[in-house]
Amino acid sequence: MAIKRHDNHKSANAFMEWVDRRLPLTKVWNEHLAEYYAPKNFNFWYYFGSLAILMLVIQIVTGIFLTMHYKPDAALAFASVEYIMRDVPFGWLIRYMHSTGASAFFVIVYLHMFRGLIYGSHREPRELVWLIGCVIFVALMAEAFMGYLLPWGNMSYWGAQVIISLFDVIPVYGPALTEWIRGDFVISDATLNRFFAFHVIALPLVLCLLVFLHLVALHQVGSNNPDGIDVEGLKDEDGNYQDMIPFHPYYTVKDLVGVVVFFILYLGVVFFWPEGGGVLLEKDNFATANPLQTPPDIVPLWYFTPFYSILRASTDNLLFAYSIIAAIVGIVTLFNCFTKGISFNKLAALAVVAILIVGFNSVDAKTWGVVLMALAIIVLFLLPWLDRSPVRSIRYRGTPFKVMLVLFVISFVVLGWLGMRGPTFLFTLMAQIGTTIYFAFFFLMPWFTQMGTPKEEPKRLTVKEH
Amino acid sequence: MKNLIKTLAVATCSAAIISFSSVSTAAGGGNENLDEVYLNMNDKASLKNGANIFANYCMSCHSAEYSRYNRVANDLGIPLDALKDTIMFTTEKTGDKMVSHMSKEDAKAWFGVTPPDLTLVSRVRKPNWVYTYLRSFYRDESTVTGWNNSLFPNVAMPHVMYQQQGSPKLISLTSDGEETSATDESIYVAGGAKFDMSNRGTMSNAEFDKAMRDVTNFLAYLAEPAQLQRKTIGVWTMVFLVILLLLAMVLKKEYWRDVH
Repeated sequence: MAIKRHDNHKSANAFMEWVDRRLPLTKVWNEHLAEYYAPKNFNFWYYFGSLAILMLVIQIVTGIFLTMHYKPDAALAFASVEYIMRDVPFGWLIRYMHSTGASAFFVIVYLHMFRGLIYGSHREPRELVWLIGCVIFVALMAEAFMGYLLPWGNMSYWGAQVIISLFDVIPVYGPALTEWIRGDFVISDATLNRFFAFHVIALPLVLCLLVFLHLVALHQVGSNNPDGIDVEGLKDEDGNYQDMIPFHPYYTVKDLVGVVVFFILYLGVVFFWPEGGGVLLEKDNFATANPLQTPPDIVPLWYFTPFYSILRASTDNLLFAYSIIAAIVGIVTLFNCFTKGISFNKLAALAVVAILIVGFNSVDAKTWGVVLMALAIIVLFLLPWLDRSPVRSIRYRGTPFKVMLVLFVISFVVLGWLGMRGPTFLFTLMAQIGTTIYFAFFFLMPWFTQMGTPKEEPKRLTVKEH
Repeated sequence: MKNLIKTLAVATCSAAIISFSSVSTAAGGGNENLDEVYLNMNDKASLKNGANIFANYCMSCHSAEYSRYNRVANDLGIPLDALKDTIMFTTEKTGDKMVSHMSKEDAKAWFGVTPPDLTLVSRVRKPNWVYTYLRSFYRDESTVTGWNNSLFPNVAMPHVMYQQQGSPKLISLTSDGEETSATDESIYVAGGAKFDMSNRGTMSNAEFDKAMRDVTNFLAYLAEPAQLQRKTIGVWTMVFLVILLLLAMVLKKEYWRDVH
């Protein structure tokens, strides 16, 4: 299904001919821009891929300038950030662009992932594009988490303390592992130095490599579209694509509009609302790290809060409820075995149920919280194989998928909201319901994507008249 | 499908807005009863007066160690050669940081705690808290300093401006919503608490409120000096981007003319 490409790339002039004989510049330009054909009906949701690359560049460039003035030293770090905010010309702008940029990056990435989800961009043959994308998401979370320690504010300090100590729940090796990550018994100068190394060198390199692979894999199979149909083969009698247009200039000029709109929103926050009401820059982080003074509420940045809520939702009550659900599934499967005969799948299901029930009742809730939080991210990787719908795009999917998707989005947003708040009885209950919906969306997907009647897919792309 | 996406978008946006706004309320100080302070970064007279009070009274114990005198002077329009008469008492060099007269060790010995650095206090505590706190001191013989604070009970800091305000006597921590007339100088209300002002200093209630408002205004400036330029540059950037957006839209339309 790889896109077929010709090999006779004509150099524009004598100079380019000289270059092209030594470096395939024209060929690469053509294959990835001027002759990279993309479906012609990209809509709003298709802005976020190029915006994510733009955001990566902004973060790297602003990051370079911050690094020129920042001091990765527990005694100097906080003051050096204030030095950037006050004494470095336009340092405040660079810093706000970077701090707001982290949040903007996650907004973009979440919307980009949502686009994949609704139009089936994770489906065959784009599984690797999705998988590499998931790795980028994880790397980005690590990048953001480590970057958040660098200002050495009190929330930086305690946030890192809480999250790193999660590794403590790993049996036997946990405590040694957390000590190894921190390089000390508590978060300290050693931790700050290594997080700095990861944040400015290791992870940006990994991210750039992954983004490159993400694009190579995408350009190998071609872009999906809002209709989720294959339009590669649709050509007129002259052999021209009927529903595809070259990425450049069509999508470059279209994305430019998206870029400017994005800049208006992003720089609007940078210039007029850099603290984001205490969400983008938390007030406790304007006080320097103090190992003796825990902030009243330790909350992670908003983009981690859905997962943080899942972590906190794990209580004995939740595990009890999950045991009951597992037991019901077990009984139904067992009943099925007796009435309809035994199969490998049913035996496997029974084994999983048995392990889960034992696990829910023998391992403590804190450990399960960490397991569930990790699972909430791991499960994203499985999406291409959990989704069994006969069609890719939500436009032609049956009602069950749409209902589940709406529930999923609501639960994700509510979990994020709850993660910024202290746990009360009601909030914990809400988080538990949200967690259950989150996992139900993924684990029931093989069934509900096959339920309902899909609409018939069109032969050609749906294009709005303009 | 369109409707579904619209519904989702609306639901997500409203949820985001609700969570943002409620977080910002929480950031304002939760259930503490705070008085609202009117900040104005264009009111240079207020900022200068605030800087004056800050240097003369607060800096005896507190530092603003991330801020430099010459930056404040430039931003507030104080001539550099006048700095030594107005706010710079501890050093000769205008480029020095605003460090207190008192050493941290002495402060610890005298008060039990080192007075916190105040450069960023208005970003940590928020201006309304600062404004209410400064106006909530009252006479209390049971404490070491002889002073207490209704917003921050048993705080180690004494009432620094008692010569100006006088020594308020606490009547009640809650004023029960009853209105005190603005002309009634015998009663002072701050953060919901009510004080008896029979022992008055050199300032009237309104004068003291204004002085504390100026200090708060200055502290809000001090926490983020960049805000003086930030919004101005922001407006120009937005104007530029809107023009750029129109051009980009025209360009897109022109190129896409031949896509059917």
